[in-house]
Amino acid sequence: MLRRRFLTLAAAGLLATGLTAPLHAEENFIVVQSTTSTQNSGLFEFMLPKFKEKTGIEVRVVAVGTGQAIKNAANGDGDVLFVHAKPAEEKFVADGDGVERFDVMYNDFVIVGPPSDPAGVAGSANVVDALKKIAEAEAPFASRGDDSGTHKAELALWKAADIDVEAASGGWYRETGSGMGATLNTGTGMGAYVMTDRATWISFGNKGEYKIAVEGDEKMFNQYGIILVNKEKHPNVKADLGQQFVDWVISDEGQQVIADYKIDGQQLFFANAKPGS
Amino acid sequence: MQTFASVLGDAVALILSGDADLMEIIALSLRVTITAVIAACLIGLPLGAVVGAFRFPGRTLATVLLNSLMGLPPVVVGLVVYLALSASGPLGPLGLLYTPTAMVIAQTILVTPIVAALTRQVIEDLDREYSEQFRSLGVGPLTRIGALLWDARYSLLTVALAGFGRAVAEVGAVIIVGGNINHVTRVMTTTIALETSKGNLELALALGVVLLVIAVLVNAAVMGLRASAARAAYA
Amino acid sequence: MREAAARTEVEDAASIAAAAVPALLEAQGLRLEIGGKRLIDGIDIRIGQGRKTMIMGANGAGKSLLLRLLHGLIVPTAGRMTWRGGPLDKSARRAQAMVFQRPVMLRRSVLANLAFALKVRGLRGPAREARIAEALDKAQLGDLARSPARVLSGGEQQRLALARALACDPELLFLDEPTASLDPASTQAIESLIADASRRGVTVVMVSHDLGQARRLADDIVFLQAGRVAESGPASRVLCSPRSEAAGAWLEGRLFLDGQGAQG
Repeated sequence: MLRRRFLTLAAAGLLATGLTAPLHAEENFIVVQSTTSTQNSGLFEFMLPKFKEKTGIEVRVVAVGTGQAIKNAANGDGDVLFVHAKPAEEKFVADGDGVERFDVMYNDFVIVGPPSDPAGVAGSANVVDALKKIAEAEAPFASRGDDSGTHKAELALWKAADIDVEAASGGWYRETGSGMGATLNTGTGMGAYVMTDRATWISFGNKGEYKIAVEGDEKMFNQYGIILVNKEKHPNVKADLGQQFVDWVISDEGQQVIADYKIDGQQLFFANAKPGS
Repeated sequence: MQTFASVLGDAVALILSGDADLMEIIALSLRVTITAVIAACLIGLPLGAVVGAFRFPGRTLATVLLNSLMGLPPVVVGLVVYLALSASGPLGPLGLLYTPTAMVIAQTILVTPIVAALTRQVIEDLDREYSEQFRSLGVGPLTRIGALLWDARYSLLTVALAGFGRAVAEVGAVIIVGGNINHVTRVMTTTIALETSKGNLELALALGVVLLVIAVLVNAAVMGLRASAARAAYA
Repeated sequence: MREAAARTEVEDAASIAAAAVPALLEAQGLRLEIGGKRLIDGIDIRIGQGRKTMIMGANGAGKSLLLRLLHGLIVPTAGRMTWRGGPLDKSARRAQAMVFQRPVMLRRSVLANLAFALKVRGLRGPAREARIAEALDKAQLGDLARSPARVLSGGEQQRLALARALACDPELLFLDEPTASLDPASTQAIESLIADASRRGVTVVMVSHDLGQARRLADDIVFLQAGRVAESGPASRVLCSPRSEAAGAWLEGRLFLDGQGAQG
């Protein structure tokens, strides 16, 4: 009797968890490999319902670092790549993994810092200059260190400032090896400067006393691109649905949606798809 | 930073709000975790029982292996499952990547060694008590495994709970193979990771409290079952 | 001289009577070595059909080991065993049952403990039900049938263990000090179950420390010392006039310790 009750419970558990039922029914969806910074900004939650309303296509976003997003897409695990690391994106297309790259929008990077401003860079609009000062003061600087688009952009700026951060790694230069949000949490915790995209910063909930120290330099513009993954190389790609998404994002309508997205009255992304492309 | 009391208040408010998104996330967490634990038990219980009850060459090695696998790093499991399920991987054609099924697979791999290793210990202890009687009666190997598992059932509930604890709190593997896709593969732990990365530490912590409450409820339910069945007599 | 001769005659008569019973289980040159130590050292033993054989001896003499060797729970280093003069095969093992000093109870009800053993022995349906009812009745455990076996008292558990062994309808029943930790009433209940089984033709091999029990139950006695048979023969003879020094000393020690054993 007891045994029967036990087995009934186990069976009920199995049924309740739906082991027997298919976990998925819907097929009308695409997977977009994108970045944590885009996801954390909240743009997708604003944008995707509008796309779904129009086309009925569900967009599933996998948000990881740009490096990982590109690798995942190169494995064929995604239909569209939506990231911000232009040279790597162009290589992705050149390797045959992607069909064609389109500019979508840009936002800009900023350097945030503690109120004490140990390197004296607050208010600066010259990023190379500011980085030099930070290195000179050996003020703590928290880097993503994760091969992401933001990390790549940051390294390019250090290079422009002619500073070898690898030598300082572990000292004042600290690589967190994690996403934008995690790096901001770590950086604000240790009183370090952090370079972040503006979108993440505006929507970041744990700012504490931190403020933007460096902003407005053209060198810190952060260009986003969108690429349909190449069906010829990855046969499982839903090219038709993916193409519809790419077309919509760079259409006038999609571009307007991006421009409309605001947090606290601040526009986060500046749509700049080339008309007619 | 808010005080811990206010975080607790947030957590209670979250639960009481019955927010549809939160309920969906909790439901998926439970579905994925419980399915994984059941699958891990289906594999781990017989496996652990065989290693615990039978003497065979390589048994010590099997024991060491099972015990070591308990410490499998979730991220490594996540990567291995990702590589297997990736479109360019051997199981790519199944199209399971970024689905709850993929998360169930990863968690099953994580939980099975725990279930098997703990089962081995439980069954070995029980077998020490039963083995002469069983040999005297002439009990065959299958009946023996069945009887040992059945008689150890209340101890094995605790084993399953240990597996549940590991699975429900796990984030490293499920975020890789699930992708933390909103409304599809977003579970409690990946939501906590996401909210943390957004800097919403209070919300993340409140979600953590909710997760803890769920774990407590599940444990209490299972322990209640155990107690109701004249535990002194059968345990 | 004449007295001695007369006694020998009686003994021989008893021995001849014992030998006349065909052997159910016979072992020759049984030896068990563990870690270079000879725990059982060249034992020849003959279990007469329908007899109650009691294995006695001091602690560590190897009584329980011998019982387990005979029952096949331990594989001997050397020696050979026969069943009714033929090979000791699987069916012979199935015709045996054993009750351990500390009863092994499954974590189930009294009823389920009986049912499990009978299921293993291949009994199904109404035949099994009937056998269970009979066993419960004999062990006087009918009222406790639905209770978890492990909450029973020591005496009840041992009664259940014995009933479970007997329900399997064995030809040969091994008992390893079944009353070692029981009170007199429980001991008596167990002994009467054993005597009853014996009357129905079950052959019994039993390890015991209890001289009184030996007097009440034993037909034959095998006296062990340091893994060897020091003496064996009909109980009436071994208990009254042991030939070996070991058995004699042990019996005297018991008599001395009992204080009242001189009358028996």
